[in-house]
Amino acid sequence: MMNTATDKKEEFSVLEERKDSILYKYEGGCSGTGIRCDSDSVSGAVSQRACVYCGARVVLNPITDAFHIVHGPIGCASYTWDIRGSLSSGEEIYRNSFSTDLREKDVIFGGERKLEAGIEEIALKYHPRLLFVYATCIVGVIGDDVDAVCKSMSKKYDMQVIPVKSPGFSGNKATGYKMACNAIMQLLLPYKNREKRNGINILGDFNLAGEMWIIKNYMKEIGIDVVATFTGDSSYENMIKAPAARLNIVQCAGSSTYLANRMQEEMDIPYIKVSFFGIEDTTNSLLRIAGAMKDEKALQKAEEFCNRKARELEGFLETYKKGLEGKRAAVYVGGGFKAISLIRQFKSLGMKTVLVGTQTGKPEDYEVIESIAEKDTVILDDANPAELEKFMIEKKPDILVGGVKERPLAYKLGIAFCDHNHERKHPLAGFEGVINFTKEISDGILNPVWKYVRQ
Amino acid sequence: MLNYTEKEVANRKALVINPAKTCQPVGAMYAALGVHGCLPHSHGSQGCCAFHRMFLTRHFKDPAMAASSSFTEGASVFGGGSNLKTAVKNIFDLYDPEIIAVHTTCLSETIGDDLNALITDMTIPEGKYVVHCNTPSYKGSHVDGFTNMVSGFIRYLAKKGPETNEKVCLLPGFVNPGDMREYRRIMNLMKVPFIMLPDTSGVMDTPMTGKFEMYPKGGTLINDIKDVGNCMATIALGLKVSEPSAAVLEKQCDIPYQALPLPIGIEATDKFVMALQDISKDEVPYALEEERGQLVDIMVDIHPYTFGKKVAIYGDPDTVLGIASFALELGMIPKYVLTGTPGAAFEERARELFEKFGMEGCMAKEAGDLYLLHQWIKNEKVDLLIGGTHGKFIARAEDIPFVRMGFPIIDRYVHSYMPLVGYKGAMRMAELVSNALLDYRDRTCEEKDMEMVL
Repeated sequence: MMNTATDKKEEFSVLEERKDSILYKYEGGCSGTGIRCDSDSVSGAVSQRACVYCGARVVLNPITDAFHIVHGPIGCASYTWDIRGSLSSGEEIYRNSFSTDLREKDVIFGGERKLEAGIEEIALKYHPRLLFVYATCIVGVIGDDVDAVCKSMSKKYDMQVIPVKSPGFSGNKATGYKMACNAIMQLLLPYKNREKRNGINILGDFNLAGEMWIIKNYMKEIGIDVVATFTGDSSYENMIKAPAARLNIVQCAGSSTYLANRMQEEMDIPYIKVSFFGIEDTTNSLLRIAGAMKDEKALQKAEEFCNRKARELEGFLETYKKGLEGKRAAVYVGGGFKAISLIRQFKSLGMKTVLVGTQTGKPEDYEVIESIAEKDTVILDDANPAELEKFMIEKKPDILVGGVKERPLAYKLGIAFCDHNHERKHPLAGFEGVINFTKEISDGILNPVWKYVRQ
Repeated sequence: MLNYTEKEVANRKALVINPAKTCQPVGAMYAALGVHGCLPHSHGSQGCCAFHRMFLTRHFKDPAMAASSSFTEGASVFGGGSNLKTAVKNIFDLYDPEIIAVHTTCLSETIGDDLNALITDMTIPEGKYVVHCNTPSYKGSHVDGFTNMVSGFIRYLAKKGPETNEKVCLLPGFVNPGDMREYRRIMNLMKVPFIMLPDTSGVMDTPMTGKFEMYPKGGTLINDIKDVGNCMATIALGLKVSEPSAAVLEKQCDIPYQALPLPIGIEATDKFVMALQDISKDEVPYALEEERGQLVDIMVDIHPYTFGKKVAIYGDPDTVLGIASFALELGMIPKYVLTGTPGAAFEERARELFEKFGMEGCMAKEAGDLYLLHQWIKNEKVDLLIGGTHGKFIARAEDIPFVRMGFPIIDRYVHSYMPLVGYKGAMRMAELVSNALLDYRDRTCEEKDMEMVL
């Protein structure tokens, strides 16, 4: 039986429009009408949700040798300058910030000339292969034809200048993911008929704290070739090889499923969704990749490898489990798939997830969350701080897993915090990630500082 | 990361590379947080609000609450009026602030939403307030946004009554809560009654209580903002950031103002204290005199290490000029001073400073960026870099000791609790600067030159 939270909890003041975005999970619960997700934030809500530009930028930003030009007033460039924490083994140009810094006269007379001049400045100085031009909120409103500018500049300087249509108002962050995927497709389509070879593309990993390198090592370990990566530690040359792969694996489903779908339809590359968070999901993912590649040898290697790694972790986990058994976790992350992995990971540590929310979770993600969550777990879509606070006070978690905006809220409530987003301090993926994650959760919860918080 | 920086400075016309500024709305949001019971409201796409909250949170390490009109395609075509109306109703229903401070964005400005008209037409609950300011992101910078929001509060709320309240209206400038606390301490020591607008202390530096307060204890009270109309004078700290708001108050309520540089360093703090003394007609208390003497004592102690050292300073105009002024007092050479914020006055004021101390070959730039600063440094290196977090890559690339001051600082802690202003602030700066120089020396000098006592 599934009710909206407010049916049960009259004292919570929750915006009427938001009631359908909050669920209480009761024992034996099954999905009724489901949660209302994937819609725009309500006007006036203190939403945590970012915009189309933000979504597009975070997906494309890790491409290491690309120039990312933000066409608009300065803010959008300032707020996204090197915020992603994506690492590079090669070029580092992506960590700089380029903006046309549109001024009042550009708004009146149009910004096309300035954009052209900006692209030329870069073209003449650096002769790059790849530039992305992000069209922010006002670009369309003032009538700039960014497509035309990109086209003519591409031709003039024999380089790829790819427009990314990302006005903030044109949807939410998920729309931005889609725009980024379209930009990548524009880059790949000329190479779509490449001859296939035995290898995979890794989609939806952004090499935060070097996680792409961990996954690539695993592939090496089980003997599966990696053709291209999207977009962590990737480059122009690397990406255009992608159409040759036999399989796509999708880690961050929220941002990259759309790309996987398009590559499946237009390049005949099937995909599977994977997650490398936690032993269970990492093991399953490696086995499924080997299986999907129909590679018996890889399957055997994966089994051996994962068993060995899991064995190596046994003693470690037992030690930490002692301190963590019975502790309560709250999860508020971007995508639904990550939330699912986290619930499983907490379960394996003997912890209980009492609150789950996502910013961009899909209906099917929420179905899975509902099925694996324990009874009384609160499930939220696009929560605002007031809601998060109310439910955190009610559910009393010992730790919150979230992103930058949730950290101070958790701390103010005297609750430990783990950043599972751009500000993660170390890799959280793979078996290495299990160690880091477990230590971080334990260090957070058991830290003496909480003793000094006046209750 | 900065391998791409070319030594040769070419005239860039179209691109800003590695900005030393951001857009107006974030400054407006910060100013609005300095009013008690206020919920800042971003009239634009939902991303703006999320970015600004993140930006402020990264600097202050405290939650920054604000709401958004959450523009959609429809709003961008038909105007955001109905979004704002819905937003205001929802905000009062759910979050129950005393006041909503709306600022615009590039989008709502470009599509031409008339906020005056929209707010006039709105039903606002009894005893509640909605104010606004225009913060087009394509003009000025975050510093102007702060100014505009302060002016907005004054425009909507300040009323002149029949009698003066014998108080000073203190406009603090775009500074940290730690600075605002220091102002308060100095004002109290000088026995000058005052209203500070805004006041983010107690909002963005709240103590840990185990409770989350949507509207923390701090912030200027609405009644006090109304009452600034009855002040006997305004002291505007920061010629760029505060003077325009003081002028608005003068025009509206006939209150004379004195605009001063941010009281950073010894002379600027002296000026501030003298201005207060002019009002109090009282002697400067020994406590302050003692602090000033301590500061000079410290400056004497460290002068062998600071004298003649070249320093590059970047950030917001008033802050940069304040730091440059103190650097000069320490015998340092402010080789490069740069702000991303546009405004020719910055370069003029910098040149005045250089001339006053007989400095030659120092460079100042308004509307610059960190790429340019890096190019300058590649051409002639400096001994110290001072500014917000974003300069750390230059410091690393060129192996220059680095002191974080200004906004934003997103990779260190505690800064927002501590002042740069006043004699105490200068002592702290002296410590930060000399530590950075001496740490660098200890780390890099040859073994034979390593000394226990410095």
